[in-house]
Amino acid sequence: MPEKKIRVLVAKPGLDGHDRGAKVVARALRDAGMEVIYTGLRQTPEMIASAALQEDVDAVGLSILSGAHMTLVPRVIKLLKEQGLEHVAVFLGGIVPDEDAPALRALGVKAIYGPGTTLDEIVRGVREGVAAGE
Amino acid sequence: MSVDVVTEALAGERRAVARLISVMERGGEEARQALSRLYPRTGRAHIVGITGASGTGKSTLVNAMAKVYRKQGLTVGIIAVDPTSPFSGGAILGDRIRMRDLTTDEGIFIRSMATRGSLGGLARATADAAHILDAAGYPVILLETVGAGQNEVDIARTAQTTLVVDMPSAGDDIQAIKAGILEIADLLVVNKADLAGADNAVAALRAMLDLGAARTEWHHGHLERVEGVVGAGEAWRPPVLKTVASRGEGVAELVTAVQAHRQYLEDSGLKQRREQERVEEGLRRILRHTLLERLLGQISEQNLERTVQRVVAREQDPYSAAEMLMAEAGLDGKKE
Repeated sequence: MPEKKIRVLVAKPGLDGHDRGAKVVARALRDAGMEVIYTGLRQTPEMIASAALQEDVDAVGLSILSGAHMTLVPRVIKLLKEQGLEHVAVFLGGIVPDEDAPALRALGVKAIYGPGTTLDEIVRGVREGVAAGE
Repeated sequence: MSVDVVTEALAGERRAVARLISVMERGGEEARQALSRLYPRTGRAHIVGITGASGTGKSTLVNAMAKVYRKQGLTVGIIAVDPTSPFSGGAILGDRIRMRDLTTDEGIFIRSMATRGSLGGLARATADAAHILDAAGYPVILLETVGAGQNEVDIARTAQTTLVVDMPSAGDDIQAIKAGILEIADLLVVNKADLAGADNAVAALRAMLDLGAARTEWHHGHLERVEGVVGAGEAWRPPVLKTVASRGEGVAELVTAVQAHRQYLEDSGLKQRREQERVEEGLRRILRHTLLERLLGQISEQNLERTVQRVVAREQDPYSAAEMLMAEAGLDGKKE
């Protein structure tokens, strides 16, 4: 194959059951030529990091609408680092108050996509985030 | 890169295994070098293919089978293949959803692969990924195919034991299984056997098997009917088993039957013959791919473009055009 395929893990950590957004984003990434490993609901940070390792992904997209992002995201990032996956670009989508954004960006989240973000923006963001990590 | 990652993968280090599978998917020189180092360490694993129409519960069955193997103390490699969109080149790989309880088990390695344009149910690199898992020491490798139907025969060339999964249909005897798939099955599974019509489904499959009588085997790239015995001892009659994968029912019996098939392959000598067939098919595939790449490398873009225009303008037919391109690249096929 001439070009490298971008592999993205899309997961919903924690108990949040609203997955329509995650599925819409997964389809958009597929339509942009990426391979999306969609792991679905009720993923623990351990499951996400383990899958990211086995699937050798370039990016992880977390969808959180439950408000638990300040607990879940740091744990995912920590586990990714522990497994030698610090190059993996982490993206967050869902309901995230503006005041939490700086802390999350400081932890290493590449971008936060709240309601109203266009799919084009997300696709571009993932491409750029992955390219920056190479 | 190559030396360290291969050494680590051979020692079973999971991240190295994952990275190497990616190397194989990309292909090229790096992949070739890595494979030449791994290959002597392959040939020990039992490679089991699982195919069947969408919705029959393949992923759930793979999940349940893996748990049975783990109870036996064996580690398991799983490769789940999903189709690449021909329009975008992307894919949604969703088989892990059914395998959530295996994700953090250190004795199980699950990799999702997209077909990336390959037809036949498997990705081009699936066999290579299986080689990596084999060399890394996994004694059992489960390959789950795309599951679209008649083109799925590739699985029988890559796997040693092929399972075809079906489910009870809406009440009559017409099963989801198409004829071509039935003939490559070493075992048939009626999953979701708690649904109405399960016994009918089993009876219908047994009847189809009896009608078919002869098994098919790959022989120099074609499927041929093989009458009766292929080696010492009796021919293998594919058993038809019932499972309810979501509840783990019937799965231990299925794994026992799968292991019995592996024993049969060894006892009958069929293992050797299938392996030879697999290697020959693999070589043909690599030669096709490599020769085409080399050939295209000898032809300039302008030359190709001009040729295309000639054929479009009906000044030349496609076959003559291809002959001309090959002659210009030094491959005119004429004996010296």
